[in-house]
Amino acid sequence: MFDLMIIGGGPAGLAASVYAARKRLDTLLIATDIGGQVIRTMGIENYLGYQFIEGPELIEKFRTQISQFPIEQKIGYTVTRLTKVDTAFQAETDSSEKFQARAVIYATGKKPRKLGVPGEDEYAGKGVTYCAICDGPVFAGQRVAVVGGGNSALSAALDMVKIAEHVDLVSLTKLTGDAILIDKLSEARNLNILTEYQTEKIEGNSLVTGMRVRGVKSGEEKRLDLAGVFVEIGLVPNSEAVKDLVKLNRFGEVKINCRCETPVPGLYAAGDVTDVPEKQIVIAAGEGAKAALQAHRYLQRLAYVHY
Amino acid sequence: MAEKKVFVYSTPTCPYCKRVKEYLSRKGINYTEFNVAEDRNAAKEMIQKSGQMGVPVTIIDGQIVVGFNQSLLDKLLDTQVT
Repeated sequence: MFDLMIIGGGPAGLAASVYAARKRLDTLLIATDIGGQVIRTMGIENYLGYQFIEGPELIEKFRTQISQFPIEQKIGYTVTRLTKVDTAFQAETDSSEKFQARAVIYATGKKPRKLGVPGEDEYAGKGVTYCAICDGPVFAGQRVAVVGGGNSALSAALDMVKIAEHVDLVSLTKLTGDAILIDKLSEARNLNILTEYQTEKIEGNSLVTGMRVRGVKSGEEKRLDLAGVFVEIGLVPNSEAVKDLVKLNRFGEVKINCRCETPVPGLYAAGDVTDVPEKQIVIAAGEGAKAALQAHRYLQRLAYVHY
Repeated sequence: MAEKKVFVYSTPTCPYCKRVKEYLSRKGINYTEFNVAEDRNAAKEMIQKSGQMGVPVTIIDGQIVVGFNQSLLDKLLDTQVT
């Protein structure tokens, strides 16, 4: 039984780890991967202390910092369910190993939202991708679609018009991203913008070969011949593991108060998985620190720890 | 024990590729890298061998790891580094 279990390896979970370790709490850090969404961030210019740093480099600094502390790390483990067992908590993982602790900080962040259409899961990694900066170059000289209308979709489309043969930008609504990006896109000659089109199906034959879309108003159906589908329709919180334990808001985020407390005593949450306003690295890190200090007070109050 | 043959197919802009390469280096594993953004033959080879159109793809003695999957990398390399 650990004093504290920190679930999630992004800025919130890692900052919490530093604070928990400095309070000498017997701490377990469980994470699918170290870094969370920061890994996918190429340039960071708003994290205090760095005028510019790349995501992977910042994560490496975080990792080095936490590895100096004697906390137990289970990296590569995804918590599938968190339950209350008497006065403690139990985490079930995808490896069938279970872990227990007296207090928990849930800091699992967000993941890319899926389209939820037939063919999407089947062709994930086989033409369907959620990381344009990663996989973009693999589709050089081919036809692709970017699905979405916000800034991340527009940026992906801007990157892809430079390397792909042709890009279809498919958005369910009118484009909602920044005007400056929309202006830049209007210069591209190999781009076709389909606004108010619903993506209905991704088709393929071991790899993606096309996508079916339907006009929201017109009902007109089109088949787009392409090899790649870049899904850029926002993020959803990784809150499944606690959905039976706490109330989620309508976005699926864990509701917390200003002390990072949930209604369940001993269960704290921090960072992008919560309803904290603004999702930023610096905010997630601050929330993680706060959650760890609050969890320490909780353990002191219940006399589990005397330091 | 013979050294395992490790190939990493990656793109320069892919953060997960960086993570894989850093992780292998940290473990002292030698690997051969292919930049599929420039090397079209390597890109074809990657798709053929792995059925994947996403990077990173790591091949360890013929076994395929998609993405940065630390526990699977550990398993295939039979080493544990914290």
